Amino acid sequence: MEKQWSEMTWQERREERFKKWLTPAAPISPAMEKLYKERLTRMIKAIKMEIPDRVPMHLAANSFVAYNNGHTLYDVLYDYSLIKPDWIKFLEDYEQDSADAPGFFAARVYELLDYKVNAWPGHGLPKTSTMHNFVEKEYMQADEYDLFMKDPFDFGLRKFTPRTWGAFAPLANIPSLSSYSGLPERLMMMCQDPNFKKLFKAIMEASDENVKYQKVMMECAQESLKRGFPPLMGGVMLAPFDTVADMLRGTSGVVKDMFRQPEKLLESLEIIADNSIKSTVGMVNMARSPIVFVPMHKGADSFMSVPQFEKFYWPTFRKLILGVVNEGCVPMMIIDGSYNEARLKIISELPKSCVIWTMEKTDMALSKKILGNSACIAGNVTAAMLYTQTPEKIKEYAKWLIETCAPGGGYILALGSGIDKCDPKNLHAVVEAGLEYGYYK
Amino acid sequence: MSGDFINLLADLKEEEVLKLTKERLDAKEDPLKILDDAREGMSIVGKRFAGGEYFLPELVFSGELLAQVTNLVKPHLTGEGVQQKKIGKVIIATVAGDIHDIGLNIVDFMLDVNGFEVTNMGVDVPVEKIVKAVKEIKAPVLGLSGFLTPAFDAMKETVEALEKEGLRKGLKIMIGGGQMDDEVCKYAKADAYGKDAMAAVALTKKWYGVE
Ligand code: B12
Repeated sequence: MEKQWSEMTWQERREERFKKWLTPAAPISPAMEKLYKERLTRMIKAIKMEIPDRVPMHLAANSFVAYNNGHTLYDVLYDYSLIKPDWIKFLEDYEQDSADAPGFFAARVYELLDYKVNAWPGHGLPKTSTMHNFVEKEYMQADEYDLFMKDPFDFGLRKFTPRTWGAFAPLANIPSLSSYSGLPERLMMMCQDPNFKKLFKAIMEASDENVKYQKVMMECAQESLKRGFPPLMGGVMLAPFDTVADMLRGTSGVVKDMFRQPEKLLESLEIIADNSIKSTVGMVNMARSPIVFVPMHKGADSFMSVPQFEKFYWPTFRKLILGVVNEGCVPMMIIDGSYNEARLKIISELPKSCVIWTMEKTDMALSKKILGNSACIAGNVTAAMLYTQTPEKIKEYAKWLIETCAPGGGYILALGSGIDKCDPKNLHAVVEAGLEYGYYK
Repeated sequence: MSGDFINLLADLKEEEVLKLTKERLDAKEDPLKILDDAREGMSIVGKRFAGGEYFLPELVFSGELLAQVTNLVKPHLTGEGVQQKKIGKVIIATVAGDIHDIGLNIVDFMLDVNGFEVTNMGVDVPVEKIVKAVKEIKAPVLGLSGFLTPAFDAMKETVEALEKEGLRKGLKIMIGGGQMDDEVCKYAKADAYGKDAMAAVALTKKWYGVE
C-alpha cells in the first residue's frame, strides 16, 4: 500500500511533487516531452546536489523579453497582443532549462482598481521607463501591530486594501465583518451604498480585463511547454521580515520598530511565518512545479548587522522555509545585494539540499565554500555586467562561475537580478558559456 | 550633562535623550550648545557606522532622534544661531528614473557628520535640475547615486549635460549605489566610483585636499 502524505518524510513528499513536475501539464509531442524531461532532470539533480549531465541554466529576464523583440515595457503593459510574439522570440533565442510565462502585469486592471503600490510607464512614470516602480510607504501605521496580529483579515480588509487600492477605499468606512453571523445583512447594506456600487462596477470591469490578460499568459505558458520548457515558478513567498519591511512598514518604519517595539515586531513575524506556510503550500498544491520564489531584500549586508539578522531576519524566515520544505516544496531564494561569510554560515545550517540560493552580488567562491555542502547555489551574472560588458568578458565570467561553483553538482547558471535592456549578444554569451563549459565530464 | 547627552544620543537611548534635552532647556542652557552636542553624538554614530558597529537601522534611528531633539530646541533659539564651520559644499542626488534613497541618505549623513555642507536633492532628479543646482550652489563635488541599470544612462546624460554647459571643469563627480561599479563610472564619464558612504567621504576629502 502506498504511504500516506502524513507519514512521508519531507524528501518523500518532495519526490511526489517532482513526479508531478516531470509530467507535462498538457500533452506535447514525444520529442518535446523528452526534452522537457531532460531539462527538468538537470534542474532536479542540481537541486538535490547530484551531478547532472550539464549545469542547468535559468534566465529570468523581465522586461528584457519586450526589448528583445523591439518593444518597450509600456507597449506590452497596454497591448497584450504583443506579449506572445515577444515571448516566443525569447524562448527561441535563448536555450535554458525552464521557462514559465513573462512576468508582466495588466496595466489596465491596475488602473481600473487604482492600484497605488506600483507606478509604471504610462502611469506615474514616463512611457520610456524600462521597469515598474514599487512605491514604498507605511501602509501599516506604527500603532497597528495589535490589530494586524489579532485579526489579520480585518486589517487587510479595512486598512491595507483601501490604502493600497484606491477603488477599494469605501472599505475603510465599514464596520468589522469579523463575525460569524450577520454577514448577509451587512453585505446587503453595503450594496445599497453608491460608493460600493461604484466599487463593484470597477471589480467587474477589472475582472473582464484580467481575463484577457490571463488568456495571453496561459497561451505563453503553453508556448513554453510546446517547446519542451518545464515551468519553474510554483509559488512566491517573502521572508517575514521583508513582508513587514517592504509591504507593511517600509524600511524606515521597520527600523524604528526594531528600536521602539521589537517585541511587537517579532511577534508579528511569527504570525506572518505561520500564515505564509499555509498560503504558500496552498499555492504550490495548485501548481505543477514545487519551486517557491523568494526575493530577499532587507536582511543583506548593507541593511543590518549580523546580530540583527540573527534576531529579526533569520529565525522566522527559517521557520517559514522549513515549514514549506516539510510539505515537499523547494524554496528558491534570490538574495539581493550580498551576504558576507557570517550570514552564509548562518543560512548554511538548513537540512542538506532542501533549498536553492540565488546570488546577486555575493562572492560566489565564498558561497561555494560555505554552502557547497549545504545547498544548491545559483546566479550571479549581474545586471551591471550585462549592461556594460562585452560578450567576451561575460562568457569568460560565466566560465569562471561554472568552474568555481559547478564541481560536485549543485549549481544553476543564472542571472543575479532581472534585466530590462541589454545587448542581446551579452545574454547569448551566458547561454554559450553554459553550453560550452557546462557539461560534466 | 553634556558628556552624558552625547553618549546617550550615540547609544540611541531615545527616552533618556529626550528627557535630558528637556531638562537642559528647562535649566536655561544655551540651546546652541545642545545642538552642538547633538552633532557630536551624531558624529560618534557616523564613526560607529564606518567601523562596522552600526548599520542602517542605527543610522535611520539616530536621524529620528536628532530630528526630535532639534524640534525641542528650535523654539528656544533666538536670533540667527551661529553656523557650524563646514569644510565645503557637496551636492548629492539620485538620478532621474531612480527612486532608491536609502544609500543616498547614508551618504548624506556621513558627509554631514564629517564636516561637509550637503545639498541632498533627493531622488529621481532630472538632468536639468542637477545642472541648475551645480550652477547655483557652486559645489566643486557632485555625488550621483543610482541603483538601477537604467540609471547608467541617466548618469551619463547628467555628466554630458554638465559638459555641455561648460560646468564639468573643476567639478569632481563621484557615483555609487547598487548596480554601479568602475565600469559604469567609465561609461558615465564620472571621476570615481565609491562602494560605500565611507568611500564617498574619502573621495570628497581627497578632492578638497583635507585629511
Ligand atoms: C531596498 C530596495 C528597493 C526599495 C528602495 C527603498 C528606498 N527608499 O530606497 C524599493 C522597494 C522601493 C525598491 C524599488 C525598486 N527596485 Co530596488 N532594490 C532595493 C535593494 C534590495 C537594496 C538597495 C538599498 O537601498 N540598499 C541599502 C544600501 C544602504 O546599501 P548599499 O547599496 O551598499 O549602500 C551604499 C552604496 O550604495 C553607497 N552609495 C550609494 N549612493 C552613493 C553615491 C555616491 C556618490 C557614492 C560614492 C556612494 C554611494 O553608499 C551606501 C552606504 O554605504 C536593491 C538590491 C541591491 N543589491 O542593491 C534592489 C534593486 C536595486 N532594485 C531593483 C529593482 C528592479 C527595483 C524596482 C524596479 C522593482 C520594482 N519593480 O518595484 C523598483 C525601482 C524603483 C525605481 N525606479 O528606482 C533591482 C535593480 C536591477 C536592475 N537591473 O537595475 C535591484 C538590484 C534588486 C534586484 N536584484 O533585482 N528597491
